[in-house]
Amino acid sequence: MILSVSGVTKAFGGTEVLKGIDLSIDKGDVVAILGPSGSGKTTLLRCMNFLETADSGRMEFAGSVYDMHSITKAEKATIRKRTGFVFQNFNLFRNKTALENVTEGLIVARKMPKAEAVDIAEATLEKVGMKGWASHYPSELSGGQQQRVAIARAIASDPEIVYFDEPTSALDPELAGEVLAVMRMLAEEGMTMVVVTHAMDFARNVSRHTVFMENDYVVEAGDTESFFSSPRMERTREFLNMEER
Amino acid sequence: MLSERVIGILADSFLKILIPGLTVTIPLTVISFALAMVIAIAVALIQFAKVRILKDIARFYVWVIRGTPLLVQLFVVFYGLPNIGILIDPFPAAVIVFAINEGAYCAETIRAGLEAVPYGQMEAGECVGMSYMQIMRRILLPQALRISFPTLANSIISMTKDTSLAANITVTEMFMATQRIVARTYEPLLLYIEVGIIYLVFCTVLTRLQRYGEKKLGRYRI
Ligand SMILES: Nc1ncnc2c1ncn2[C@@H]1O[C@H](COP(=O)(O)OP(=O)(O)OP(=O)(O)O)[C@@H](O)[C@H]1O
Ligand SMILES: [Mg+2]
Repeated sequence: MILSVSGVTKAFGGTEVLKGIDLSIDKGDVVAILGPSGSGKTTLLRCMNFLETADSGRMEFAGSVYDMHSITKAEKATIRKRTGFVFQNFNLFRNKTALENVTEGLIVARKMPKAEAVDIAEATLEKVGMKGWASHYPSELSGGQQQRVAIARAIASDPEIVYFDEPTSALDPELAGEVLAVMRMLAEEGMTMVVVTHAMDFARNVSRHTVFMENDYVVEAGDTESFFSSPRMERTREFLNMEER
Repeated sequence: MLSERVIGILADSFLKILIPGLTVTIPLTVISFALAMVIAIAVALIQFAKVRILKDIARFYVWVIRGTPLLVQLFVVFYGLPNIGILIDPFPAAVIVFAINEGAYCAETIRAGLEAVPYGQMEAGECVGMSYMQIMRRILLPQALRISFPTLANSIISMTKDTSLAANITVTEMFMATQRIVARTYEPLLLYIEVGIIYLVFCTVLTRLQRYGEKKLGRYRI
């Protein structure tokens, strides 16, 4: 196990959005998180990377234990340097080229020598099929291309775990395909990934574990194969039937 | 009207006006504006970061400076401060007042620019492990300045003209030089139009620079 959280709660202005979430992720695991809109999937990911501060919760990461509510700035920085995050709307740095988007975290946050960072960034961009676009600004790229650069940015530092929040839902099906292909490749290479997604194909065919969230709870979690073939909970079956259509 | 005498005065005065323009008006504008930008960025960062007491001080500063006439500020510093033993030469006094005055306006411009940068840029920076100040310096501030650029360019153009107020505290900039020639020659209409045209040329050059700058900066779209 590389990362686990337990008892994560979060409320926004009195409304509970997470009511005690437990989740455990093994090294090399690919976990898909499914669930209807508003069930708290984004909030969970954001709490796991401290973009939101959970009201309570315990995180175990790479052998250390953290209190998710009272985590310090230094602890956050340590964890973030070992994780990657891919946003639904890409959030590439608009004043940086594709290459600079990837080198920024290496050079500035990790103090890597520039030449080394550029080598790594070029190799990573090549991996996601964006090498030819290294000197382009985000505004000069399509959504699918931006997301692939964003993935390169997230994985360039060789993180222990990468979070994806609906990485394809802002994209046309065709562009989404490019991005999913990259993610499938990463999964096959053994990258540890936690993916919030509406792309059922990806969840079914790529992820190893699937988590179904609804009403701020984890309804069902299990290995993907049995999750899709023989869901235990009635509610999961309903959800899957609806998504199939 | 354009007698030989008048043409002679105009030709004669041209350099006498232009030279203080180049040696006083422009340096006064450039130095003051550079200092104003330093003040403005610092104040904008304080307001954006919402640090309690500092933010109140910043707001007080902006409130006072924007709510009082520039001319009054010049007089307070140059004619008023000597009362409490602070004597400042005309040029540095003008620089201080223009910088503080312009700083307040530009601070608001830059703060608005910072607020116009989508929050996702900050979050993306956090997620790649950068610190607040690193994100500010490398991601948010450059974008905010890019957004503010047209407004800031407008400010420096206004300021070029406003430096004529420094004549009131005995800085011999372009306008003061003109006034002196008028006193000798009694040709106010032509001479004041002449100096007006020189201001117009200065501002036209700045407008051109603004367009050029926008093109240069425009490679990444905001
Ligand atoms: N910053 C916030 N302030 C207030 N309420 C919020 C905030 N972020 C999320 N919420 C609320 O929390 C609930 C869960 O939101 P969340 O974005 O986590 O859902 P989700 O499962 O990711 O949904 P979707 O599939 O639509 O992305 C929603 O009701 C949402 O309105
Ligand atoms: Mg979401």
